[in-house]
Amino acid sequence: MKHTIVVALAALPALALALRFALEGLGANPIEDVTHLTGEWALRLVLCSLAITPLRRFFGWSGIAPLRRTLGLAGFAYAFVHLVTWSIIDLGLDFDAIVEDLTERPYVMAGMAAFTLLSILAATSTRASMRRLGKRWVKLHRIVYVAAALGVVHHFWLIKADYRPAIVHAVLLAGLLGARLLWIARQPARSV
Amino acid sequence: MRIRESEVTDESLFLSRREVLRLGAMAAIGGSLAGCPGAGEAEAASPKEAPSNAKLEGVLEAPPRFRVDDERTSYKDVTSYNNFYEFGTGKRDPAANAHTLRTDPWSVVIDGEVGNPGSVPLETLLAKHTLEERIYRLRCVEAWSMIVPWIGIPLGDVLKRFEPTSKARYVSFETLVDPEQMPGQKRSVLDWPYREGLRIDEATHPLTILAVGMYGHAMPNQNGAPIRLVVPWKYGFKSIKSIVRIHLSEKAPNTSWNDQAADEYGFYANVNPAVDHPRWSQARERRLGEFRKRKTLPFNGYGDEVAGLYAGMDLRRNY
Repeated sequence: MKHTIVVALAALPALALALRFALEGLGANPIEDVTHLTGEWALRLVLCSLAITPLRRFFGWSGIAPLRRTLGLAGFAYAFVHLVTWSIIDLGLDFDAIVEDLTERPYVMAGMAAFTLLSILAATSTRASMRRLGKRWVKLHRIVYVAAALGVVHHFWLIKADYRPAIVHAVLLAGLLGARLLWIARQPARSV
Repeated sequence: MRIRESEVTDESLFLSRREVLRLGAMAAIGGSLAGCPGAGEAEAASPKEAPSNAKLEGVLEAPPRFRVDDERTSYKDVTSYNNFYEFGTGKRDPAANAHTLRTDPWSVVIDGEVGNPGSVPLETLLAKHTLEERIYRLRCVEAWSMIVPWIGIPLGDVLKRFEPTSKARYVSFETLVDPEQMPGQKRSVLDWPYREGLRIDEATHPLTILAVGMYGHAMPNQNGAPIRLVVPWKYGFKSIKSIVRIHLSEKAPNTSWNDQAADEYGFYANVNPAVDHPRWSQARERRLGEFRKRKTLPFNGYGDEVAGLYAGMDLRRNY
């Protein structure tokens, strides 16, 4: 049930844009609208996924732990649509243009690196992978912080002058990372 | 261009017609500027399919070399998708927020290296000129473009009236500063006022105009009412909006985006598919309303007219 609610909430931004297209028409630059919306929500949903563990620890909401995966996969879904919009719709699968973007534009490299990491996380998000990887699974899935950081950097490098939206994301990510470090620092010393 | 004898208008008739056109245009501009602000607010809040500002009468159709054949971008797209950071940094912000701009009364200060400086009411500034419709390409530095039927007057004709001195080598422009009317100025996203500039030969080039309308009607607030610059061979940010000052100088002026990030936005900012923005490609562009991107043309397709202005210059360094 809670998974269904979270998936429905995660789909709302996409539905809102679809509704706007249906009611107001596509507007001047619908490809840009789709690109921006999917990019922003990919990052935001990954940040939401990262917020689950701190919330669980600080408020004792043990039941929300499984939502980490649901939110992370929802973020990956947006990232996938974002990648498809960029490569197929925006660049028209023009191979040279895609290669040029990937090799010459740091913001594209950062975005592609973030997507690659999210793909690895999505592919190893099953119970079978958790069993197979054992302790290594936890280490592997820490790269979600790297993916989120790359997402924030990707956003920063695209901006012309108004950094406010990217700063909000950066502060949220720093806060989530800080909460995790705070938790580790408070744990009694233990032998590894 | 060849003109048949039968098409040549008798000079006395021509002059009288010019006079009629001029008076008609003036009445329309005056009327639009004095128009009731309430109506302006309603239309700015949600851009309609068709213009609702005052229609400009007696507008001369410019010669073919000032009118590109490409299909015009829809009025709705041109008025609902653009950059005008004075009203917010989103593309839809100007249409949503520009209704607070008051364009009447409006004066423009013309000063610096001119023999005849002063603060000139907009009506007076326009009174001696005939409005022309020019259909230009506009290419944004963000790699989107549109085709706009502007209505305006050549900047060179205006400057001449104020008698530039021999020291006048550059022309710079400033946008209004008033955070109450321009809520985007409450944040210092850019160092207000917005400033732009041209070399004097660029400013007096026949393609360069001061525009007061588009699509047959007075300029919508979100597109730079009541008077803006249009320099079609340069990236859109050079075409400064809602101008309150025109300054002639011997030294090159500072310009807003160049101050913001000099390595990304040069003083010249000529459209050039061969010189990429440091962060994105300028080789192609998306024309608003089109699905596939198209190739960007050198000098935005105006190379025959303007490439000579930059003869001998390294356009890679003078981007």
